[in-house]
Amino acid sequence: MTNPYIPNLTVIRKITTENEAKDIKTFELTFKDSEAMKNFKYRCGQFAEISVFGAGECPIGIASSPMDKDAIQFTVKRVGVVTTALHNSEEGTVMGVRGPYGNGFPMERLEGRNVVIVGGGFAFTTLRSLANFILHKANREKFKDLTVIYGARNPGELIYKYDLEAWKKRDDINLNVTIDSAVPGWKGLVGFVPAVLKDVAPSSDNAIAVVCGPPIMYKFTMPVISELGFSPENVLLSFEMRMKCGIGKCGRCNIGEKFVCKDGPVFTYKEFQRMPKEY
Amino acid sequence: MKWKVIEKSKLPNLIGELAREYEIFAPVDRKSIGSFERLASGSEVSLDSRNTKKPPKDVFIPQTETLFTYKTGKQEVELAAPQVVIGQRVVLAVRPCDAKSFVLLDKFLSSGEYKDAYYKEKRKNTTIVGLACNHPLSTCFCTSLGGSPHGKEGLDVLLQDINDKYLIEPITERGEKLIEKFPWLKEAERADIDKAKKLSDDAEAAVKSKVSIDGVDNKLDGMFDDPIWEQICQKCLNCGICTFFCPTCCCFDVLDEDGKRIRIWDSCQFSCFTLHGSGHNPRPSGKERMRQRIMHKFNYFVKTHGESFCVGCGRCIQECPVNLDIREVVGAISALPTDKRSDND
Ligand SMILES: Cc1cc2nc3c(=O)[nH]c(=O)nc-3n(C[C@H](O)[C@H](O)[C@H](O)COP(=O)(O)OP(=O)(O)OC[C@H]3O[C@@H](n4cnc5c(N)ncnc54)[C@H](O)[C@@H]3O)c2cc1C
Ligand code: SF4
Ligand code: SF4
Ligand code: SF4
Ligand code: FES
Repeated sequence: MTNPYIPNLTVIRKITTENEAKDIKTFELTFKDSEAMKNFKYRCGQFAEISVFGAGECPIGIASSPMDKDAIQFTVKRVGVVTTALHNSEEGTVMGVRGPYGNGFPMERLEGRNVVIVGGGFAFTTLRSLANFILHKANREKFKDLTVIYGARNPGELIYKYDLEAWKKRDDINLNVTIDSAVPGWKGLVGFVPAVLKDVAPSSDNAIAVVCGPPIMYKFTMPVISELGFSPENVLLSFEMRMKCGIGKCGRCNIGEKFVCKDGPVFTYKEFQRMPKEY
Repeated sequence: MKWKVIEKSKLPNLIGELAREYEIFAPVDRKSIGSFERLASGSEVSLDSRNTKKPPKDVFIPQTETLFTYKTGKQEVELAAPQVVIGQRVVLAVRPCDAKSFVLLDKFLSSGEYKDAYYKEKRKNTTIVGLACNHPLSTCFCTSLGGSPHGKEGLDVLLQDINDKYLIEPITERGEKLIEKFPWLKEAERADIDKAKKLSDDAEAAVKSKVSIDGVDNKLDGMFDDPIWEQICQKCLNCGICTFFCPTCCCFDVLDEDGKRIRIWDSCQFSCFTLHGSGHNPRPSGKERMRQRIMHKFNYFVKTHGESFCVGCGRCIQECPVNLDIREVVGAISALPTDKRSDND
């Protein structure tokens, strides 16, 4: 019988510090068993349970794109026991990974449409996966216009600067990076994500919006999204709840009868509106 | 297969024979709370008392369970899964309400895309022998949830105390196989069966507390923001005892300890249950946590698995330090006018 609680063994191949505060790092992992790597088929928006043996396990969104075949990446903010243990690990350390879990983004619904990605803070991880997937040369023509609106508190807190640089050079992405308030030396956009979204005003025609951020960002972004004419079923949100098992058994991540780990973490705004307000 | 009887004095012999082939779990009074434990000897079984304080769920979901062990070296980690079951197992004297809890747990833990390997493996290798209740307690309300003091759901064999003997009724094929191992068992006589029937009828009538469950799930649909939760939770201490002793509550936490990844029982009544790493908590007070417990049992589980996640065993009523009575909660919900339901669409 397959046992979903036993993780695959992986090795940290590379660690990248993402922000000035140095509390966000990207970990690139390779599977010890190449079969396990092949079996780890994921789609954008899914997550995995990461083990640091001796510290425990926690759910982390998959930050790499499914097109990256030889390693997977996770971008992790240091907050508690497991994430701190992970931050203290070095390249070469053996980690556990089980998954992928959750529904992920409905790629078949995004194909043939304009995609508007709206992200705030370090919740940008699975959106980065999505953007890189769409921008991959094997996929780009399956999607129409790609608009990305991404904001952080200040320039030092922007993650994936290397990707942002690379995207800026392309003409097949409308990239809008913003910081909360002006600082000397910053030449880009200034303002909160919802305000920038309003200015950029991407068309809702044949478009799907994918929104990911802290609860406060949802609160102010959703009215703008609606104003732009996106109907609730064309808006995708990704949720974070406290999770342990990741597979709908430990009982803690539910909103109403839905388990966010198993039935989510991606829900349409329409589904979300029908859910009890408990998140 | 015919029904059998065994004289009470012979029961230790039967358990002794059974122990040669099976690992046996049965109610004992060790640790001063009645619980299901692995038997050391046949005489230890405590069958006369009321149902155990601790439910038999820990035969399948131990309070602490090792998921795997890990050995960490410099650049190496070795994982080993434990042997979940050694051989065939029998659980003796499970009351009908608790037997039904296994059926509900199966629906949850052994179904869906991911199956709980540890639970399923134990269930697969375990025969359940029930014990009918002749003397229900005032807190029992199994009959309101589709059960009965002599219910058979979830059982392979049912025993019933008929004074000097136990009547033995095979229920499933697995149960018949178990009984066949004891060719010396006498066949039941008409009088034994009649006596059992009479005791069952009396027991059924003795379950005096009735809760009207019908329609409660629908009513709860519109009650997420109802003031009732604030009222009910006033005296609750959020101690989690109701979920700890509940035969169906199976929520768990996962952590690493001394080279083991373990899971331990957890409860939605604790504030840290849903506390996010950011400090945000979607269920910050007793109100939300009480709502979760009631909603989970009488609304969410009905939606996902077709019936209530409660078997009416009454343990949460007996053990609650502030006498919060789930029957009164459900009763109060059921008594609310239907027009309280707001349509969510
Ligand atoms: C689907 C999903 C995807 C996710 N993706 C990512 C991702 O890509 N990157 C990422 O970094 N994270 C992600 N997370 C969040 C991540 O899972 C958590 O940050 C992680 O579980 C924290 O684990 P920990 O063991 O480090 O913290 P724990 O030790 O479990 O928690 C400690 C934290 O709890 C809080 N806490 C403890 N006690 C108190 C108290 N008394 N009062 C207030 N607060 C308290 C503190 O904030 C503390 O930091 C995701 C979560 C989900 C559900
Ligand atoms: S046992 Fe009683 S006091 Fe304790 S959490 Fe349950 S209802 Fe509240
Ligand atoms: S909720 Fe109470 S009565 Fe119902 S099964 Fe659990 S402990 Fe028994
Ligand atoms: S009532 Fe609470 S502890 Fe019990 S199973 Fe439901 S969520 Fe878990
Ligand atoms: S994380 Fe365990 S049920 Fe969702």
